[in-house]
Amino acid sequence: MYCGNLGQANAMVGQRILQEIGQTGIPVVNCANACATGATAFREAWMSIKAGMYDVVLAVGVEQMGKGLLGGAGGGDGIPKEGLLGSGTMPCVFAEAGMEHSKDHGTTFEQFAKISVKNHHHSTMNPKAMYQIETPLDVVMNAEMISYPNTKLMCSVNVDGSAAAVLVSEKKAKELGMGRAVRVRASALASDPYTDRDLVMPDVNACTRLAAEQAYEMAGVGPEDINLVELHDCFATAEMLHYENLGLCKDGEAGKMIDEGHVELGGKVPVNVSGGLLSKGHPLGATGIANIYEVCTHLRGEAGERQVEGARLGMTHVIGLGTACGIHILEKV
Amino acid sequence: MSEKSLPAVSYLKIPDEGDPYLEGHKCGNCGAVFLGERSVCSKCFSRDNMSAIKLEETGVLHSFSVVYRSFPGIDVPYVSAIVDLDGGGTVKGNLINIEPDPEKIDFGMKVKLTYQDALGRKDKEGNSYLSYFFEPA
Repeated sequence: MYCGNLGQANAMVGQRILQEIGQTGIPVVNCANACATGATAFREAWMSIKAGMYDVVLAVGVEQMGKGLLGGAGGGDGIPKEGLLGSGTMPCVFAEAGMEHSKDHGTTFEQFAKISVKNHHHSTMNPKAMYQIETPLDVVMNAEMISYPNTKLMCSVNVDGSAAAVLVSEKKAKELGMGRAVRVRASALASDPYTDRDLVMPDVNACTRLAAEQAYEMAGVGPEDINLVELHDCFATAEMLHYENLGLCKDGEAGKMIDEGHVELGGKVPVNVSGGLLSKGHPLGATGIANIYEVCTHLRGEAGERQVEGARLGMTHVIGLGTACGIHILEKV
Repeated sequence: MSEKSLPAVSYLKIPDEGDPYLEGHKCGNCGAVFLGERSVCSKCFSRDNMSAIKLEETGVLHSFSVVYRSFPGIDVPYVSAIVDLDGGGTVKGNLINIEPDPEKIDFGMKVKLTYQDALGRKDKEGNSYLSYFFEPA
Protein backbone atom coordinates (compact mmCIF):
# COMPACT_ATOMS: atom_id res chain seq x y z
CA MET A 1 0.00 0.00 0.00
CA TYR A 2 1.20 3.47 -0.88
CA CYS A 3 -0.48 6.29 1.01
CA GLY A 4 -0.24 9.90 -0.05
CA ASN A 5 -0.80 12.59 2.56
CA LEU A 6 0.82 15.95 3.04
CA GLY A 7 -0.47 17.59 6.21
CA GLN A 8 0.34 14.64 8.45
CA ALA A 9 3.26 13.26 6.49
CA ASN A 10 5.00 12.11 9.66
CA ALA A 11 1.96 10.45 11.21
CA MET A 12 1.74 7.01 9.55
CA VAL A 13 -1.57 7.73 7.84
CA GLY A 14 -1.44 4.57 5.68
CA GLN A 15 -1.08 2.32 8.70
CA ARG A 16 -3.86 4.17 10.49
CA ILE A 17 -6.15 3.47 7.53
CA LEU A 18 -5.35 -0.25 7.72
CA GLN A 19 -5.90 -0.14 11.48
CA GLU A 20 -9.48 0.91 10.63
CA ILE A 21 -10.18 -1.55 7.81
CA GLY A 22 -7.96 -4.62 8.34
CA GLN A 23 -4.42 -5.23 9.55
CA THR A 24 -2.82 -7.92 7.41
CA GLY A 25 0.77 -6.81 7.82
CA ILE A 26 1.32 -5.75 4.18
CA PRO A 27 4.09 -3.23 3.53
CA VAL A 28 2.94 0.38 3.76
CA VAL A 29 4.83 3.38 2.43
CA ASN A 30 3.67 6.88 3.33
CA CYS A 31 4.63 9.51 0.85
CA ALA A 32 4.46 13.28 0.48
CA ASN A 33 5.28 15.27 -2.66
CA ALA A 34 3.37 18.56 -2.39
CA CYS A 35 0.32 18.64 -4.69
CA ALA A 36 1.75 15.71 -6.66
CA THR A 37 1.47 13.50 -3.55
CA GLY A 38 -1.44 11.35 -4.77
CA ALA A 39 0.05 10.87 -8.23
CA THR A 40 3.34 9.90 -6.61
CA ALA A 41 1.66 7.26 -4.42
CA PHE A 42 -0.13 5.91 -7.52
CA ARG A 43 3.09 5.86 -9.51
CA GLU A 44 5.02 4.07 -6.75
CA ALA A 45 2.28 1.43 -6.62
CA TRP A 46 2.48 1.07 -10.40
CA MET A 47 6.29 0.78 -10.28
CA SER A 48 6.18 -1.91 -7.60
CA ILE A 49 3.94 -3.99 -9.87
CA LYS A 50 6.12 -3.25 -12.90
CA ALA A 51 9.12 -4.40 -10.88
CA GLY A 52 7.37 -7.74 -10.41
CA MET A 53 7.20 -7.43 -6.63
CA TYR A 54 3.43 -7.49 -6.22
CA ASP A 55 0.24 -8.32 -8.09
CA VAL A 56 -2.23 -6.16 -6.18
CA VAL A 57 -1.37 -2.81 -4.64
CA LEU A 58 -3.55 -0.15 -3.07
CA ALA A 59 -2.78 3.54 -3.68
CA VAL A 60 -4.59 5.98 -1.42
CA GLY A 61 -4.57 9.74 -1.19
CA VAL A 62 -6.14 11.45 1.78
CA GLU A 63 -6.13 14.93 3.24
CA GLN A 64 -7.80 16.98 5.93
CA MET A 65 -7.42 20.63 5.01
CA GLY A 66 -7.33 23.70 7.20
CA LYS A 67 -8.84 27.02 6.26
CA GLY A 68 -7.41 30.02 4.47
CA LEU A 69 -4.59 30.73 2.09
CA LEU A 70 -1.88 28.19 1.49
CA GLY A 71 1.76 29.07 1.10
CA GLY A 72 3.61 32.03 2.50
CA ALA A 73 7.10 33.38 1.96
CA GLY A 74 9.98 32.87 4.35
CA GLY A 75 9.26 32.59 8.04
CA GLY A 76 11.72 30.83 10.31
CA ASP A 77 14.43 33.19 11.50
CA GLY A 78 13.91 36.88 12.03
CA ILE A 79 10.68 38.44 10.87
CA PRO A 80 7.79 37.21 8.68
CA LYS A 81 8.47 37.87 5.00
CA GLU A 82 4.89 37.72 3.67
CA GLY A 83 3.91 41.09 2.26
CA LEU A 84 7.47 42.32 2.72
CA LEU A 85 9.25 40.49 -0.08
CA GLY A 86 6.22 40.03 -2.29
CA SER A 87 3.77 37.26 -1.54
CA GLY A 88 4.35 33.56 -1.19
CA THR A 89 0.64 32.79 -0.98
CA MET A 90 -0.43 30.31 -3.61
CA PRO A 91 -3.03 32.58 -5.28
CA CYS A 92 -0.25 35.14 -5.82
CA VAL A 93 2.42 32.70 -6.94
CA PHE A 94 0.08 31.27 -9.57
CA ALA A 95 -1.14 34.76 -10.47
CA GLU A 96 2.47 35.73 -11.21
CA ALA A 97 2.83 32.61 -13.38
CA GLY A 98 -0.37 33.57 -15.23
CA MET A 99 0.74 37.16 -15.64
CA GLU A 100 3.89 35.88 -17.34
CA HIS A 101 1.54 34.33 -19.90
CA SER A 102 -0.28 37.66 -20.23
CA LYS A 103 3.03 39.36 -20.84
CA ASP A 104 4.07 36.90 -23.54
CA HIS A 105 0.70 36.34 -25.22
CA GLY A 106 -1.65 39.13 -24.17
CA THR A 107 -3.88 36.77 -22.17
CA THR A 108 -6.63 38.73 -20.44
CA PHE A 109 -8.31 38.67 -17.03
CA GLU A 110 -11.53 37.72 -18.84
CA GLN A 111 -9.91 34.72 -20.53
CA PHE A 112 -8.58 33.46 -17.20
CA ALA A 113 -12.03 33.97 -15.67
CA LYS A 114 -13.68 31.95 -18.44
CA ILE A 115 -11.79 28.89 -17.19
CA SER A 116 -13.66 29.15 -13.89
CA VAL A 117 -16.97 29.59 -15.70
CA LYS A 118 -16.24 26.37 -17.62
CA ASN A 119 -15.10 24.28 -14.68
CA HIS A 120 -17.91 25.46 -12.42
CA HIS A 121 -20.35 24.61 -15.21
CA HIS A 122 -18.88 21.12 -15.46
CA SER A 123 -19.27 20.69 -11.70
CA THR A 124 -23.05 20.96 -11.96
CA MET A 125 -22.91 17.49 -13.54
CA ASN A 126 -20.68 15.98 -10.85
CA PRO A 127 -22.50 14.97 -7.67
CA LYS A 128 -19.11 14.47 -5.97
CA ALA A 129 -18.02 18.10 -6.47
CA MET A 130 -17.89 20.23 -3.32
CA TYR A 131 -19.63 23.10 -5.14
CA GLN A 132 -22.06 22.47 -8.00
CA ILE A 133 -22.96 26.02 -8.90
CA GLU A 134 -23.08 27.85 -12.23
CA THR A 135 -20.95 31.00 -12.09
CA PRO A 136 -21.48 33.32 -15.07
CA LEU A 137 -18.53 35.40 -16.25
CA ASP A 138 -19.59 38.59 -14.47
CA VAL A 139 -19.97 36.69 -11.19
CA VAL A 140 -16.47 35.22 -11.50
CA MET A 141 -14.90 38.55 -12.48
CA ASN A 142 -16.72 40.50 -9.76
CA ALA A 143 -15.97 38.05 -6.97
CA GLU A 144 -13.53 39.22 -4.30
CA MET A 145 -10.13 39.82 -5.87
CA ILE A 146 -7.58 37.67 -4.04
CA SER A 147 -4.44 38.15 -6.11
CA TYR A 148 -4.86 39.74 -9.53
CA PRO A 149 -6.07 38.22 -11.81
CA ASN A 150 -7.29 35.41 -9.52
CA THR A 151 -10.63 36.21 -7.87
CA LYS A 152 -12.00 34.00 -5.13
CA LEU A 153 -13.97 31.99 -7.72
CA MET A 154 -10.73 31.39 -9.61
CA CYS A 155 -9.08 29.69 -6.61
CA SER A 156 -9.41 26.01 -5.77
CA VAL A 157 -11.43 25.02 -2.75
CA ASN A 158 -9.97 23.75 0.53
CA VAL A 159 -11.87 20.55 1.30
CA ASP A 160 -11.24 17.29 3.11
CA GLY A 161 -11.14 14.39 0.73
CA SER A 162 -9.79 11.01 -0.18
CA ALA A 163 -9.43 8.80 -3.22
CA ALA A 164 -8.09 5.33 -3.80
CA ALA A 165 -7.02 3.13 -6.67
CA VAL A 166 -6.46 -0.61 -6.72
CA LEU A 167 -3.62 -1.44 -9.09
CA VAL A 168 -3.22 -4.98 -10.36
CA SER A 169 -0.79 -6.69 -12.71
CA GLU A 170 -2.09 -7.56 -16.18
CA LYS A 171 -1.86 -11.24 -15.23
CA LYS A 172 -3.90 -10.76 -12.09
CA ALA A 173 -6.52 -8.67 -13.90
CA LYS A 174 -7.03 -11.54 -16.37
CA GLU A 175 -7.10 -14.15 -13.60
CA LEU A 176 -9.76 -12.22 -11.76
CA GLY A 177 -11.67 -11.45 -14.97
CA MET A 178 -11.70 -7.72 -14.21
CA GLY A 179 -13.82 -6.40 -17.07
CA ARG A 180 -13.75 -2.76 -15.95
CA ALA A 181 -9.99 -2.55 -15.57
CA VAL A 182 -8.24 0.43 -17.14
CA ARG A 183 -4.70 0.24 -18.48
CA VAL A 184 -1.95 2.58 -17.31
CA ARG A 185 -0.25 3.52 -20.56
CA ALA A 186 2.19 5.96 -19.05
CA SER A 187 3.36 7.21 -15.70
CA ALA A 188 5.77 10.12 -15.50
CA LEU A 189 7.16 12.11 -12.62
CA ALA A 190 9.50 15.07 -12.99
CA SER A 191 11.22 17.48 -10.64
CA ASP A 192 12.03 21.02 -11.66
CA PRO A 193 14.84 21.18 -14.20
CA TYR A 194 17.10 24.25 -13.97
CA THR A 195 15.58 27.34 -15.54
CA ASP A 196 16.68 30.91 -14.96
CA ARG A 197 14.00 32.11 -12.52
CA ASP A 198 12.85 28.79 -11.03
CA LEU A 199 14.24 29.32 -7.53
CA VAL A 200 12.53 32.70 -7.19
CA MET A 201 9.47 32.13 -9.35
CA PRO A 202 8.67 28.39 -9.44
CA ASP A 203 8.63 27.30 -13.05
CA VAL A 204 5.54 25.09 -13.35
CA ASN A 205 5.87 25.16 -17.13
CA ALA A 206 9.26 23.52 -17.56
CA CYS A 207 8.46 20.79 -15.04
CA THR A 208 5.10 19.97 -16.66
CA ARG A 209 6.60 19.96 -20.14
CA LEU A 210 9.31 17.55 -19.05
CA ALA A 211 6.82 15.13 -17.51
CA ALA A 212 4.43 15.44 -20.47
CA GLU A 213 7.17 14.66 -22.95
CA GLN A 214 8.08 11.53 -20.98
CA ALA A 215 4.45 10.44 -20.66
CA TYR A 216 3.70 10.80 -24.37
CA GLU A 217 6.92 8.97 -25.21
CA MET A 218 6.09 6.09 -22.86
CA ALA A 219 2.51 5.80 -24.11
CA GLY A 220 3.51 6.12 -27.74
CA VAL A 221 0.73 8.63 -28.33
CA GLY A 222 0.49 12.36 -28.88
CA PRO A 223 -1.71 15.09 -27.45
CA GLU A 224 -4.06 14.74 -30.46
CA ASP A 225 -4.91 11.21 -29.29
CA ILE A 226 -6.09 12.26 -25.83
CA ASN A 227 -9.89 12.37 -25.36
CA LEU A 228 -10.03 14.10 -22.00
CA VAL A 229 -7.68 15.72 -19.52
CA GLU A 230 -7.91 16.29 -15.79
CA LEU A 231 -5.20 18.86 -15.13
CA HIS A 232 -4.06 20.83 -12.11
CA ASP A 233 -6.37 23.86 -11.99
CA CYS A 234 -5.32 24.93 -8.50
CA PHE A 235 -6.04 28.42 -9.89
CA ALA A 236 -7.65 29.51 -13.13
CA THR A 237 -4.33 31.05 -14.17
CA ALA A 238 -2.64 27.65 -13.81
CA GLU A 239 -5.05 25.82 -16.09
CA MET A 240 -4.35 28.30 -18.90
CA LEU A 241 -0.62 27.50 -18.80
CA HIS A 242 -1.12 23.76 -18.93
CA TYR A 243 -3.07 23.72 -22.22
CA GLU A 244 0.24 24.62 -23.81
CA ASN A 245 2.46 22.72 -21.39
CA LEU A 246 0.60 19.47 -22.14
CA GLY A 247 0.72 20.16 -25.86
CA LEU A 248 -3.07 20.48 -26.20
CA CYS A 249 -2.41 23.55 -28.32
CA LYS A 250 0.56 25.50 -29.64
CA ASP A 251 2.35 28.05 -27.48
CA GLY A 252 0.37 31.25 -27.38
CA GLU A 253 -2.94 29.60 -28.29
CA ALA A 254 -4.23 28.79 -24.80
CA GLY A 255 -6.50 31.83 -24.76
CA LYS A 256 -8.07 30.66 -27.99
CA MET A 257 -8.65 27.20 -26.49
CA ILE A 258 -10.94 28.67 -23.85
CA ASP A 259 -12.46 31.35 -26.12
CA GLU A 260 -13.43 28.83 -28.78
CA GLY A 261 -14.72 26.18 -26.39
CA HIS A 262 -12.24 23.45 -27.32
CA VAL A 263 -11.73 22.54 -23.66
CA GLU A 264 -15.42 22.32 -22.71
CA LEU A 265 -17.43 19.14 -22.48
CA GLY A 266 -18.28 18.42 -26.14
CA GLY A 267 -15.18 20.31 -27.33
CA LYS A 268 -12.07 18.94 -29.03
CA VAL A 269 -10.35 17.98 -25.79
CA PRO A 270 -12.53 18.49 -22.71
CA VAL A 271 -10.50 19.61 -19.69
CA ASN A 272 -11.62 19.14 -16.09
CA VAL A 273 -15.11 17.86 -16.78
CA SER A 274 -15.16 16.85 -13.10
CA GLY A 275 -15.38 20.54 -12.25
CA GLY A 276 -11.67 20.52 -11.47
CA LEU A 277 -10.07 21.62 -8.26
CA LEU A 278 -11.88 24.93 -8.69
CA SER A 279 -15.22 23.31 -7.83
CA LYS A 280 -14.56 19.70 -6.87
CA GLY A 281 -12.07 20.90 -4.29
CA HIS A 282 -8.37 20.32 -3.70
CA PRO A 283 -7.56 17.97 -0.82
CA LEU A 284 -3.83 18.08 -1.54
CA GLY A 285 -2.81 14.45 -1.02
CA ALA A 286 -5.98 13.05 -2.57
CA THR A 287 -6.06 15.20 -5.69
CA GLY A 288 -3.58 13.14 -7.71
CA ILE A 289 -5.69 10.00 -7.30
CA ALA A 290 -9.08 11.69 -7.52
CA ASN A 291 -8.26 12.86 -11.05
CA ILE A 292 -7.29 9.29 -11.98
CA TYR A 293 -10.67 8.16 -10.63
CA GLU A 294 -12.38 10.75 -12.82
CA VAL A 295 -10.60 9.67 -15.99
CA CYS A 296 -11.25 5.98 -15.22
CA THR A 297 -14.94 6.76 -14.77
CA HIS A 298 -15.07 8.20 -18.29
CA LEU A 299 -13.07 5.33 -19.81
CA ARG A 300 -15.61 2.98 -18.21
CA GLY A 301 -18.49 4.99 -19.67
CA GLU A 302 -19.88 5.57 -16.18
CA ALA A 303 -19.67 9.36 -15.90
CA GLY A 304 -23.35 10.03 -16.46
CA GLU A 305 -24.33 13.49 -17.60
CA ARG A 306 -20.73 14.68 -17.93
CA GLN A 307 -19.55 11.60 -19.86
CA VAL A 308 -16.99 12.35 -22.56
CA GLU A 309 -18.45 10.25 -25.37
CA GLY A 310 -16.23 7.54 -26.76
CA ALA A 311 -13.34 8.28 -24.39
CA ARG A 312 -10.50 5.82 -24.96
CA LEU A 313 -7.42 7.70 -23.75
CA GLY A 314 -7.33 10.14 -20.85
CA MET A 315 -4.60 12.13 -19.15
CA THR A 316 -4.16 13.25 -15.56
CA HIS A 317 -1.77 15.95 -14.43
CA VAL A 318 -0.82 17.39 -11.06
CA ILE A 319 1.94 19.75 -10.08
CA GLY A 320 3.19 20.59 -6.62
CA LEU A 321 5.43 23.55 -5.98
CA GLY A 322 8.92 22.82 -4.94
CA THR A 323 8.50 21.21 -7.60
CA ALA A 324 6.97 17.86 -8.61
CA CYS A 325 4.83 17.07 -11.64
CA GLY A 326 3.03 13.75 -12.07
CA ILE A 327 1.31 12.74 -15.30
CA HIS A 328 -0.57 9.55 -16.14
CA ILE A 329 -2.09 8.40 -19.40
CA LEU A 330 -4.87 5.86 -18.99
CA GLU A 331 -6.53 3.71 -21.62
CA LYS A 332 -9.83 1.91 -21.93
CA VAL A 333 -9.12 -1.80 -22.36
CA MET B 1 19.18 43.74 20.98
CA SER B 2 21.22 45.04 18.08
CA GLU B 3 21.81 48.80 17.82
CA LYS B 4 21.74 48.55 14.05
CA SER B 5 19.03 47.15 11.81
CA LEU B 6 19.57 43.53 10.84
CA PRO B 7 19.15 42.33 7.24
CA ALA B 8 15.69 40.85 6.50
CA VAL B 9 17.28 38.12 4.34
CA SER B 10 20.77 36.65 4.21
CA TYR B 11 21.47 37.97 0.71
CA LEU B 12 20.93 41.58 1.78
CA LYS B 13 24.32 42.88 2.92
CA ILE B 14 24.75 45.88 5.18
CA PRO B 15 28.42 46.93 5.13
CA ASP B 16 29.85 48.88 8.10
CA GLU B 17 30.66 51.62 5.63
CA GLY B 18 28.84 52.28 2.40
CA ASP B 19 25.37 51.44 1.14
CA PRO B 20 23.44 48.19 1.54
CA TYR B 21 23.27 45.90 -1.48
CA LEU B 22 22.00 42.52 -2.60
CA GLU B 23 24.53 39.76 -2.98
CA GLY B 24 24.35 37.02 -5.59
CA HIS B 25 26.52 34.01 -6.18
CA LYS B 26 27.71 33.56 -9.71
CA CYS B 27 28.94 30.36 -11.28
CA GLY B 28 32.43 30.79 -12.77
CA ASN B 29 31.66 28.11 -15.32
CA CYS B 30 28.24 28.95 -16.78
CA GLY B 31 27.46 32.36 -15.34
CA ALA B 32 24.21 31.39 -13.57
CA VAL B 33 23.39 33.74 -10.69
CA PHE B 34 21.80 32.54 -7.44
CA LEU B 35 20.62 34.23 -4.28
CA GLY B 36 22.27 32.93 -1.13
CA GLU B 37 25.54 31.13 -0.61
CA ARG B 38 26.13 27.78 -2.27
CA SER B 39 29.06 25.70 -3.45
CA VAL B 40 27.53 23.85 -6.40
CA CYS B 41 25.83 25.22 -9.50
CA SER B 42 22.45 23.57 -10.13
CA LYS B 43 22.58 24.59 -13.78
CA CYS B 44 25.92 23.11 -14.85
CA PHE B 45 26.82 21.12 -11.68
CA SER B 46 30.20 22.85 -11.45
CA ARG B 47 31.67 22.59 -7.92
CA ASP B 48 33.52 25.14 -5.82
CA ASN B 49 33.38 27.64 -8.63
CA MET B 50 30.95 30.13 -7.09
CA SER B 51 31.88 33.65 -6.24
CA ALA B 52 29.96 36.35 -4.44
CA ILE B 53 28.95 39.31 -6.58
CA LYS B 54 27.23 42.57 -5.84
CA LEU B 55 23.94 42.55 -7.75
CA GLU B 56 22.99 45.60 -9.78
CA GLU B 57 20.53 48.14 -8.43
CA THR B 58 18.35 48.28 -11.54
CA GLY B 59 16.30 45.81 -13.52
CA VAL B 60 13.06 45.19 -15.40
CA LEU B 61 9.71 43.96 -14.17
CA HIS B 62 9.21 40.40 -15.42
CA SER B 63 5.88 39.56 -13.78
CA PHE B 64 3.71 40.70 -10.90
CA SER B 65 0.43 40.35 -9.08
CA VAL B 66 -1.53 42.81 -7.02
CA VAL B 67 -2.27 41.09 -3.72
CA TYR B 68 -5.63 42.00 -2.19
CA ARG B 69 -5.87 39.13 0.29
CA SER B 70 -2.91 37.96 2.33
CA PHE B 71 -2.49 36.47 5.77
CA PRO B 72 -4.25 38.21 8.66
CA GLY B 73 -2.41 41.34 9.75
CA ILE B 74 -0.64 41.95 6.43
CA ASP B 75 -1.48 45.30 4.85
CA VAL B 76 -3.08 45.04 1.41
CA PRO B 77 -3.18 45.81 -1.44
CA TYR B 78 0.44 45.62 -2.47
CA VAL B 79 2.33 44.67 -5.59
CA SER B 80 4.30 41.42 -5.51
CA ALA B 81 6.92 41.70 -8.23
CA ILE B 82 9.42 39.46 -10.00
CA VAL B 83 12.35 41.49 -11.28
CA ASP B 84 15.19 40.49 -13.59
CA LEU B 85 18.16 42.56 -12.45
CA ASP B 86 20.46 44.07 -15.03
CA GLY B 87 23.61 41.99 -15.07
CA GLY B 88 21.85 38.81 -13.93
CA GLY B 89 19.79 37.46 -11.06
CA THR B 90 16.03 37.38 -10.50
CA VAL B 91 14.61 38.78 -7.27
CA LYS B 92 11.12 38.88 -5.80
CA GLY B 93 9.91 41.77 -3.71
CA ASN B 94 7.30 44.46 -3.17
CA LEU B 95 7.02 47.12 -5.86
CA ILE B 96 6.32 50.41 -4.07
CA ASN B 97 5.71 54.04 -4.98
CA ILE B 98 3.29 52.98 -7.68
CA GLU B 99 -0.48 52.70 -7.59
CA PRO B 100 -1.38 49.04 -6.92
CA ASP B 101 -3.54 48.91 -10.04
CA PRO B 102 -2.81 46.24 -12.67
CA GLU B 103 -3.78 48.70 -15.41
CA LYS B 104 -1.03 51.06 -14.34
CA ILE B 105 1.83 48.61 -14.12
CA ASP B 106 3.72 47.68 -17.27
CA PHE B 107 5.62 44.49 -17.92
CA GLY B 108 9.18 45.33 -18.77
CA MET B 109 9.12 48.62 -16.89
CA LYS B 110 12.42 49.72 -15.43
CA VAL B 111 12.69 49.49 -11.66
CA LYS B 112 15.39 50.09 -9.08
CA LEU B 113 16.16 48.79 -5.64
CA THR B 114 15.59 50.86 -2.54
CA TYR B 115 16.46 49.88 1.02
CA GLN B 116 14.10 50.74 3.85
CA ASP B 117 12.97 49.60 7.26
CA ALA B 118 11.06 46.28 7.05
CA LEU B 119 7.60 47.85 7.49
CA GLY B 120 8.21 48.22 11.20
CA ARG B 121 8.43 44.49 11.75
CA LYS B 122 10.57 43.42 14.68
CA ASP B 123 11.67 40.01 15.92
CA LYS B 124 11.07 38.61 19.43
CA GLU B 125 14.15 40.39 20.79
CA GLY B 126 12.86 43.71 19.47
CA ASN B 127 15.47 44.01 16.71
CA SER B 128 14.65 46.21 13.74
CA TYR B 129 15.25 44.98 10.20
CA LEU B 130 16.29 46.52 6.94
CA SER B 131 14.67 45.18 3.79
CA TYR B 132 14.74 45.87 0.08
CA PHE B 133 11.93 47.10 -2.18
CA PHE B 134 11.54 47.96 -5.82
CA GLU B 135 10.32 51.29 -7.14
CA PRO B 136 9.88 52.69 -10.62
CA ALA B 137 13.25 53.85 -11.99
